[in-house]
Amino acid sequence: MDFSALSPVALIASLMVASTPILLAAIGELVVEKSGVLNLGVEGMMITGAIFGFAISVETGSPWLGLVAAMVGGAGMALIFGILTQVFLSNQVATGLALTLFGLGFSALVGQSYTGIKPPPFPRLDIPALTEIPYIGKILLNHDYMVYISLGLVLAVWYFLRFTRKGLILRSIGENHTAAHALGYKVIRVRLLAIMFGGACAGLGGAYLSLIRVPQWTEGMTAGAGWIALALVVFASWKPGRLIIGAYLFGGVTILQLNLQAVGVNIPVAYLSMAPYVITILVLVIISSDRKKISLNAPASLGRVFHASN
Amino acid sequence: MTALLTLDGLTKAYPGVIANDSVSFEIGEGEIHALLGENGAGKSTLVKMIYGLVRPDAGHMTFRGKPFHPGEPRAARAAGVAMVFQHFSLFEAMSVAENISLGMENPPSRRQLAARIREVSNAYKLPLDPDRIIGDLSVGERQRVEIIRCLLQNPKLLIMDEPTSVLTPQEVDVLFETLNKLSSEGTAILYISHKLEEIRTLCHHATILRHGKVVDNCDPTQQTARRLAEMMVGSALHIPAKKNLHPGEVLLEVDHLSARSRTPFGTSLKDISLKVRSGEVMGIGGVAGNGQDELLSALSGEILVKREMIRVLNVDTGDLRPNERRELGLLTAPEERLGHAAAPNMSLTENAMLTAHQRQKLTTGGFLRWNAARGFARAIVKQFDVRTPGIANAARSLSGGNLQKFVIGREILQNPRVLVVNQPTWGVDAAAASAIRQALMNLAEAGAAVVVISQDLDELLEMSDRLAILNEGRLSVPAEAADLTIEAIGLMMGGMEAADVPA
Repeated sequence: MDFSALSPVALIASLMVASTPILLAAIGELVVEKSGVLNLGVEGMMITGAIFGFAISVETGSPWLGLVAAMVGGAGMALIFGILTQVFLSNQVATGLALTLFGLGFSALVGQSYTGIKPPPFPRLDIPALTEIPYIGKILLNHDYMVYISLGLVLAVWYFLRFTRKGLILRSIGENHTAAHALGYKVIRVRLLAIMFGGACAGLGGAYLSLIRVPQWTEGMTAGAGWIALALVVFASWKPGRLIIGAYLFGGVTILQLNLQAVGVNIPVAYLSMAPYVITILVLVIISSDRKKISLNAPASLGRVFHASN
Repeated sequence: MTALLTLDGLTKAYPGVIANDSVSFEIGEGEIHALLGENGAGKSTLVKMIYGLVRPDAGHMTFRGKPFHPGEPRAARAAGVAMVFQHFSLFEAMSVAENISLGMENPPSRRQLAARIREVSNAYKLPLDPDRIIGDLSVGERQRVEIIRCLLQNPKLLIMDEPTSVLTPQEVDVLFETLNKLSSEGTAILYISHKLEEIRTLCHHATILRHGKVVDNCDPTQQTARRLAEMMVGSALHIPAKKNLHPGEVLLEVDHLSARSRTPFGTSLKDISLKVRSGEVMGIGGVAGNGQDELLSALSGEILVKREMIRVLNVDTGDLRPNERRELGLLTAPEERLGHAAAPNMSLTENAMLTAHQRQKLTTGGFLRWNAARGFARAIVKQFDVRTPGIANAARSLSGGNLQKFVIGREILQNPRVLVVNQPTWGVDAAAASAIRQALMNLAEAGAAVVVISQDLDELLEMSDRLAILNEGRLSVPAEAADLTIEAIGLMMGGMEAADVPA
């Protein structure tokens, strides 16, 4: 074994990259759940975004257009879910699961001719003076733009939910949809918008995988990242700040275990591969072990069907 | 007095029912106008039309001299109509200021709003701290939030749907003072309540609805409560009579019961002791949220406690599960009808089976005896006058009062030794309420011990032999109901013992 091959700087730098797709999907789902909707289709929306983003990038040669396409694809999938659950009042759990299965199959179909192709490269932040700073420059200031965009998005969502009137209305709908309706707020419209935002974010997360992190297209390449994002939202007690901790923890352990595998640590590979999932969940369970606090933050109408009785 | 709001021929039909049939009346400026009627008479639909939540099929409204057809609550609020809902439209996990801001069209900045809330709430003697979380407030304080939310918009018409059903008598006095002040400032109030004595003291005019039609109107100060009730029902009212009984042996004994609440905003029970005898109705009063739900859960077996804390017929039952308690003869009927006392989407037969399968032997060897269950459900419907097209109908399709009769009837017909009910007549109209009370009193007369948890003091005084008050999870020492006045009970609700209340 040769631990000297593990460079802390490289590890930390790559954990931010590994965490970004999950962080993007999770912040979208956080907004959806804060509006009182449980969309279990994150995985399906992510993989749809991954193939849409990949295909459009390859066809147009522009990675940015690819990201837009991924958002449109994710939001489109989410809209199917939104119409089924909000207008036709279908069960949110079953519809979300169906969306995941549909997305996996649909993306495989669209992606048949795209396996083995390399997408156009994605620009990265490179400010000559700053990126040269030892350690910090390499860790913080030498990533692709999406890493910073994802962090900015988390900050924006936090600000939106906490300080804006629209954010207050969205939270009120998640808290008590009957009361919000009685006050004259458009429960279904707000929820549809939230669901589409969630889909766009999940699509973006998927495209980050296929365009930047990997970067190529393989069937089922999200490999459960959508489910981790879902779990993160709950264990982060619906708080954007904790979402970053959770996502970076997951990314960090993922990178660490991959590197440990590479240097040939004497632990069975199966244990190493499960480590990110187990450790992330454990840590977040401990953080959120105060059940009273959890239920204070949890949107009280989460997953309940809203039906205007008149 | 000039007319502020005129309703002319308002009609609204739902599939199978005409909720409002050509309703016409008018409300003057600064008038406190009562809207009376049984459950299902169409009061809620009518106020929802005024508030823009429901569109009328026909008819029109005039508000401040102009045609008024609000398409949504925003439009109604902008015109000067505000409403305090029966089931508060508050968001528990949010602060007072956030809740108030949600009910306003153009809320000022946070700091200004907080200052306005303090100012207005002090002016009307309804003090409120804008930063507190709703879930931590008492029911009376929650109502203040609703009222302040309305007042900040300077409404011309304030609609109040059953505002006092959950308040202590002292809180009711404060509320009435506020409403009279508003009225003298020119704000009209449309007031819906089942409490006829209150309407007599507060309101200037009353309109009575029956089956969606205006059947009568009067000056309530000139009528007796009984006469008002009869106008609503359309027939003479039967008031349950209490017989003087000599209580027998102790059937239910609660001994230093303490239990933690399982919900974030619940109240834990602290050191509750209580003895209820055969033939006795024990009333437990107190403002909602002082441990009522927890007490019922502890007695029903939903919260398990130490074995010796609860004794039924001299058997320790504290750690027994609900079915084992039913076997012994301890039955309960919780407050929440849909979802707790009854499963909304299951038929009446299935709901009958859910609590009665042991005592009525509705199962054999784990298999359901459908015919026996149907017979039992039919018996409940017949004996308790539950109005439903049939026992195959889902519980949710029944009106509140009818479902309540079914739920209480289901427990009474199982012939319990001890019956605990929470809010047996909440939201139930006068005729159904008196039928339910009579049935409970008959049960006690037949030798059962009955515990009635309620926030309706008139009901408690009418039914109970002895009365205790729950306050912040503690139970006062029970007092003979005959010795207590409404005022004394009100003070006990605030935390004083019966012995300390000045006579």
